[in-house]
Amino acid sequence: MTRISRRGLLKTGAAAGVLAASGLPLRAQQRGGTLRLGLAGANTSDSWDSRTHSDSFMIMAGHGAVFDCLTQVAASGELVGELAESWEASADAVTWTFKLRPGVTFHNGKPFGADDVLESLNMHTAEGAKSAAKPIVENIAEMTKVSDSEVQFTLKAGNADFPFLLSDYHLCMFPAGQIEEAIAQGIGTGLYKVESFDPGVRVLLSRVDSHYKDGEAGWFDSVEMIAINDASARMNALMTGQVDAVNRVDFKTEPLMRANPMINIFEVTGNQHFTFPMLTNVDPFTDLKVRQALKHAVNRQELVDKILLGHGAVANDNPIGPANQYFADDLEMNDYDPDKAASLLREAGLDGLSIDLSAANAAFPGAVDAAQLYQASAKAAGININVVQEPDDGYWSNVWLKKPWCACYWSGRATEDWMFSTAYEAGVPWNDTGWENARFQELLLTARAELDSDKRREQYREMQMLVSKEGGTVIPMYANFVDAHSTKLTNSGTIGNVFQMDSSRLIERWWFA
Amino acid sequence: MQSVIRIILQRLALGLLTLFVVSIVIFTAVNMLPGDFAEAILGQGATPEAVASIRRDLGLDQPPITRYFQWLGGALQGDLGNSFAQANFASFAGADTGVSTTVAQQIAPRFENTMFLAAVTAFIAVPVSLTLGILAALFRNSVFDRATNVTTLTSISSPEFFLAYVLILFLAVLNPVLPSLSNIFDGMSFGERLEKTLLPALTLTLVVTAHMMRMTRAAIINLLASPYIEMARLKGMSPMRVIVKHALPNALAPIINVIALNLAYLITGVVVVEVVFVYPGIGQLFVDSVKIRDIPVVQACCLIFAAAYILLNLLADILSILSNPRLRHPK
Repeated sequence: MTRISRRGLLKTGAAAGVLAASGLPLRAQQRGGTLRLGLAGANTSDSWDSRTHSDSFMIMAGHGAVFDCLTQVAASGELVGELAESWEASADAVTWTFKLRPGVTFHNGKPFGADDVLESLNMHTAEGAKSAAKPIVENIAEMTKVSDSEVQFTLKAGNADFPFLLSDYHLCMFPAGQIEEAIAQGIGTGLYKVESFDPGVRVLLSRVDSHYKDGEAGWFDSVEMIAINDASARMNALMTGQVDAVNRVDFKTEPLMRANPMINIFEVTGNQHFTFPMLTNVDPFTDLKVRQALKHAVNRQELVDKILLGHGAVANDNPIGPANQYFADDLEMNDYDPDKAASLLREAGLDGLSIDLSAANAAFPGAVDAAQLYQASAKAAGININVVQEPDDGYWSNVWLKKPWCACYWSGRATEDWMFSTAYEAGVPWNDTGWENARFQELLLTARAELDSDKRREQYREMQMLVSKEGGTVIPMYANFVDAHSTKLTNSGTIGNVFQMDSSRLIERWWFA
Repeated sequence: MQSVIRIILQRLALGLLTLFVVSIVIFTAVNMLPGDFAEAILGQGATPEAVASIRRDLGLDQPPITRYFQWLGGALQGDLGNSFAQANFASFAGADTGVSTTVAQQIAPRFENTMFLAAVTAFIAVPVSLTLGILAALFRNSVFDRATNVTTLTSISSPEFFLAYVLILFLAVLNPVLPSLSNIFDGMSFGERLEKTLLPALTLTLVVTAHMMRMTRAAIINLLASPYIEMARLKGMSPMRVIVKHALPNALAPIINVIALNLAYLITGVVVVEVVFVYPGIGQLFVDSVKIRDIPVVQACCLIFAAAYILLNLLADILSILSNPRLRHPK
C-alpha cells in the first residue's frame, strides 16, 4: 500500500489508498492496559441489539468488540473469515456453503454452531423487526444446517458479494435460544465481554481469557468507552489525556491538535460522500444536457477545501468510493468548466437557467455553505441557483426525495452492488433521483451474479461511468473519516477505511506502544 | 404558625395548578415543532411505511388531545409512561427484550447526578457569595469592593460555556489538577465523584455568585442607613459586628429569595455545563430527548424543572416569613 500525504492526495485528486497520517514505525504487539475511548454517536436509546445499530458508538462496541460476524473486512480491505473459516459458491452464485470455525464459545460458555447462525440471521426478518440489514437476509431463500459446523444458504438470486454482505455490522451472531438474554446483557463471541453498560453514557469491557483471535488481535486488557457527543469536550478529553483516542475530530480545532506532539491525527478516505440529487423526472432535470451542465458548474476542489477544510477528496459524481473493491478512479473527470456548462445549456436549447437548490445542515455539516458556493461557481456558467434554506427538522421526510434538487449524504456501502441497489436501481425507494437507465439495470443484474472478478471489474466500471456521466446526482466530494489518538497507542500502520476508527475495529487491532 | 401552614397549603395547590399549565404548554410546544419522534429517529431512513409503523406502535397517530389526556391520566397515577426511544426498541426487536425502562427509571439516576452537582455547587457558592457580599458591604467603595464587583459581574456576563473552557484551560490543560471530563458513574467512591464534579461546580459557582453576592451587599447597605444601625454604631460596636449581628438578620429575606432562585437555576439551568463536561445529568437527557421529540421524557423533565422552581420559591418565602417576626405574626 502506498502512502500519500493529504496534500499530495488533494493535488492529484487521486482518492485511493489509506492515509495513515501517523507514520509510526511497526512495533511488535503487546498485551496490556486499559484503553479509554471518547466517542461521539451515543444515544440514551442504545442497546446490544445489533439490528438497531446505526451510530459509531454502538457499532464499535458491538461489531467491533463484543460480537463477531461470519466474515470481516481486514484493514487492507480484503475479506477474511471471522466466525466462518471458509466458504464456497455454486457457479451461479446462488448456493453458498459456509464452514464455521470450531471451538468458539459465547461469553456465557455456550458453544457456537450452525443453529446460532440460522437464528441470528432470522432475527432480521422476524415479524415486525425493523432491521437495516433486512434486504440482505430477505434475499436468502433457504438456510440449511448441514452439520453443526456447516451452513448452506440458497439465495433468491445469485449474488457474488454474499460473503461480503455477511460482514455487515448488523449481522452479528447471537446465541440461539438465548437471544433476548444476549441482547439485554451483550453476550457475543467477541474478544471483549461486557462488564457494565450505561446507555448513552459509558460501556466497560474486559478481555476474554482465551479467544480464537489470540495472537492476532485483542491487545488491551480492558476498554472503557465514554460517550462524548460534544465535539469540544471530546477534543479536550484527548488533549488533557483523559482518553486515548477520539472519533470525529472537529475540523476547526484540528490544527491545534496537529500541533500537539502527544497526539496523532489519522484520517482515511472511505466511501462517505456528500451529494446533490436531482429528480430526473422533474423539469428541467429530465434533460441530460441540463444535468451535465450542472455537473460542470460546481468547483469540486473549492468545496473540498472550504467545506471539508481539506479533509476529503474530490469525487466524480460516483457513489462508489476508495473503500470499494472495484472503484474506478480513472474515469473522465467532470471538471469545473463554466464554458462547457454554458454550451451544454445552449445545446439543451436554454438561454441561462434558474433553479432552486434546497439545503439544510441536516443533510451534511456545511450543506448550506456548500450550496452557496455552488451558487457562486454556477453563476459563471449563466446558471442562477437559488439556495433555499430548509429547516433541519423533518429534512429527510419533507425535503429529500420531495424537492427537485436538494443536498444529501451517503455513508457509502461495502460493495458496489449494495450501493447501486440502494440508491441507483430503478424503482427502489431510496433512488433519490428517480433515474432509470436500461443498460445500467442490465449490468446491475449481470454483475451481481458474476463470480469472475475481472469481468465484474469491467461491468462495475461501465456502471460507474454511466452514473457519473448520465446520472442525476452531483457528487462533489468524499468526506474523510478523521479521528485522533494519543501517541501512547499504536497500530500496524494499515488503517481500515470502511468506517471511522480503523473501520470501527480499533479496539481489536491497536495496542499500547 | 397556623398562617404559615395555610400559606404552604395554598402555595402547594397553586403549584400543582402551575405544573398542570406547564405540562399543557410543553406538550403543545413540542407538538408544534416540525417533525416528530418517528421522523427524528429514522432520519434518512424515514420511508412513509417506516414512519407510519413507528407512529402506530407508539400511538403517535392519535390526535394530540387524546394523547395528552392519556399521558395526564397516567401521570396522575404516578406513571410517567415509557420513553419513546425505549418503547421503539422493544418494537424493533419484534418482542420485549427486557431492556425497556420507564421514564421514571430513566430519569432517576440522571436527576440524582444533577442534584449532586447542584449540592456541590451550592456548598461552594452560597458561603462564598455571602462572605464576599458581607465583606463588600463592610469595605464598600474600597478597592476590595470594586474588585469583587468587577470579577463577579464579569463572570456572570460571560456565557457559561466560555467560563467552562477558561477553567478547563487553566485547571485541566495548563495546570492539570482537575479532570476536564466529568463522566461520573455508579460505583465511584465519593472522593472520585467529588473530584470529577469539581470543575462543573466551579463553573456554576462563577455563574451564580454575582447575583447572590450583590444582593447580600445591597440588602445590607440598604439597612446601614437605618437609625438602629446608627444606634449600634454609637454604642461603639465594631463594624463587622454591626453588620453580622444587626444588619444581616434583617437583610435575610431578600438574600434567601435570591439564593433560592439561584439554587433552582442550578437544577434547571445546567444544560450547557453538563454538555461541556459530559456530566450525565438531567440536562443532557433533556437535550437528547428534545432532539428526538421523545415527549414523555421531555414532559417529565419539564415537570421536574417546574417543581424545583415552585418548591424552592415556596421554601424561600417560608424562610423569609420565619426570619421576620413582623410577617410571622400578621395583624
